[in-house]
Amino acid sequence: MFALVDCNNFYASCERVFRPDLIGKPIVVLSNNDGCIIARSNEAKALKIPMGAPAYQYEKIFTENNVQVFSANFVLYGDMSSRVMNILSSYSPDIEIYSIDEAFLKLNGFEKFNLQTYGQEIQRRVTKWTGIPVSVGIAPTKALAKVANRIAKKYPEKTKSVYLIDSEEKRIKSLKWLKIEDVWGIGRQHAKKLNAIKVNTAYDFTQLDDSWVRKNMAIVGLRLKQDLQGIPVLDLEELQAKKNIAVTRSFEKNYTELEQLKERVTTFSISCAEKLRKQKSCCNSMMVFIHTNEHRNDLAQYSRNIVVELPYPTNSNIELANFAIQALEKIFKKGYSYKKAGVIVMAFSPESKTQFKIFENSNPKHIPLMETIDKINASFGQQKVKLGNQDLNKVWKMKQEKLSPRYSTNLNEIITINV
Amino acid sequence: MKQSKKNSTTSLEIFSISSETALELPIVSSGINAGFPSPAADFTDLSIDLNKYLVKNASATFYGRVKGESMKDAGIDNGDLLIIDKSLEPIDGKIAVCYIDGEFTIKRIKLEKNICWLLAANEKYKPIKVTPDNDFLIWGIITHVIKSF
Repeated sequence: MFALVDCNNFYASCERVFRPDLIGKPIVVLSNNDGCIIARSNEAKALKIPMGAPAYQYEKIFTENNVQVFSANFVLYGDMSSRVMNILSSYSPDIEIYSIDEAFLKLNGFEKFNLQTYGQEIQRRVTKWTGIPVSVGIAPTKALAKVANRIAKKYPEKTKSVYLIDSEEKRIKSLKWLKIEDVWGIGRQHAKKLNAIKVNTAYDFTQLDDSWVRKNMAIVGLRLKQDLQGIPVLDLEELQAKKNIAVTRSFEKNYTELEQLKERVTTFSISCAEKLRKQKSCCNSMMVFIHTNEHRNDLAQYSRNIVVELPYPTNSNIELANFAIQALEKIFKKGYSYKKAGVIVMAFSPESKTQFKIFENSNPKHIPLMETIDKINASFGQQKVKLGNQDLNKVWKMKQEKLSPRYSTNLNEIITINV
Repeated sequence: MKQSKKNSTTSLEIFSISSETALELPIVSSGINAGFPSPAADFTDLSIDLNKYLVKNASATFYGRVKGESMKDAGIDNGDLLIIDKSLEPIDGKIAVCYIDGEFTIKRIKLEKNICWLLAANEKYKPIKVTPDNDFLIWGIITHVIKSF
């Protein structure tokens, strides 16, 4: 059996833990730079505020309905997520953290427990200990656990936020209830195709011919079908290191100078380097790109990317920043207003298996240096130690006008209690 | 660690500070014993970890800063740092971070039959009776107060 534990409206719930006055009120959370809506509370969903919409288009609706708007506070969300995951890991030795706010638990060998009660205990404990409400779906397969979770979330009163699919009857009833486009792993394209042949529910999908599914949806579709039929084929995925890491941003305003872009690209490559070090990888290849604003027809357009093969694998801030700047200088053209840039690192090799080359090598002195920088940045806040060509104050600052305090990770920002 | 005290020739124990993120104070267990190997030598890397002492359940522990005087007789003063454990049950007599009608506050919980009272620790403040009309939530239980001098 598998359990899928999913936090309800996670980002909004994180804000509410420290602002109980916002319980029951509409909340939206905006992306980096306060651009788009990336999370909504149920109340905001009820106002028909769509996911991903540009925030400025909804300013009127926000004020009219007293919607609380927050800049994404990823420090807070990350900390609350790790608290939730820590608690969950005490409920099963096999846990797959599927995203920041959901995890699969493998419950093999738990058959002697009453799984309904077990699910209730997980639900109650996480909600009480962290203040984040969660829903739990338990079923024989991962895909069915997803379905069960959806039911628990949709009917919190009836299910007490826990739903267990433990009989053929419940499985069929659940699948008949679930629309095909809401099935985990069915994209918009496939949903359209399935609707066209009158497959409207998850149940209809499980009645399809294997050969049709294989032909039209490949092996992934077939596996999903079997999983929904109650035959476990999707297992927990071991934590996989990412195969490429991208750091890209749109700028608040247009940049025309090489120096401004250099600063951005340096910062992006350092962010990539930090992520590489976290997963103990080095990269062998890097892409840098710059774009003008494609929505501004009145401005001259230019967009260009360049992939550079690195002479040696590295995850050093200094080396990656140097390569990124060299790459940028190759593609930069004067006379354009740039709106977006990015650095993507690729072709990873493990830190430990780095092959030494005869003439050119990553500077071994950078390894302890980077460790020190990481330590300092970890204890004194992000980006306290920077390279010389990174000057955030001079050129760029992320727009985060509605950022909540880092209540759970920074002593200067904890809740103040009037006594 | 009892052994180390018994064998120690000085009554003074020395604690030094490690600068890891967890504030650990390693115990130098054998004092200034010359020649005699301390039976506690194997334990030299045991240390006092204030985190371990103050934080029993890290996933459920949060911090808060006190502003105000209503709990001064319970030793909770303006500016103190609170350690709050959300996992603990609100039992009679515990001091809790409560949320009542739009605001956080700290009070001692007094439970009578079906009635919850919030008691201040300062004679100037009257007990609050929580009724179903209040928007009320017990947010967490205070386990420690840290004062700086």
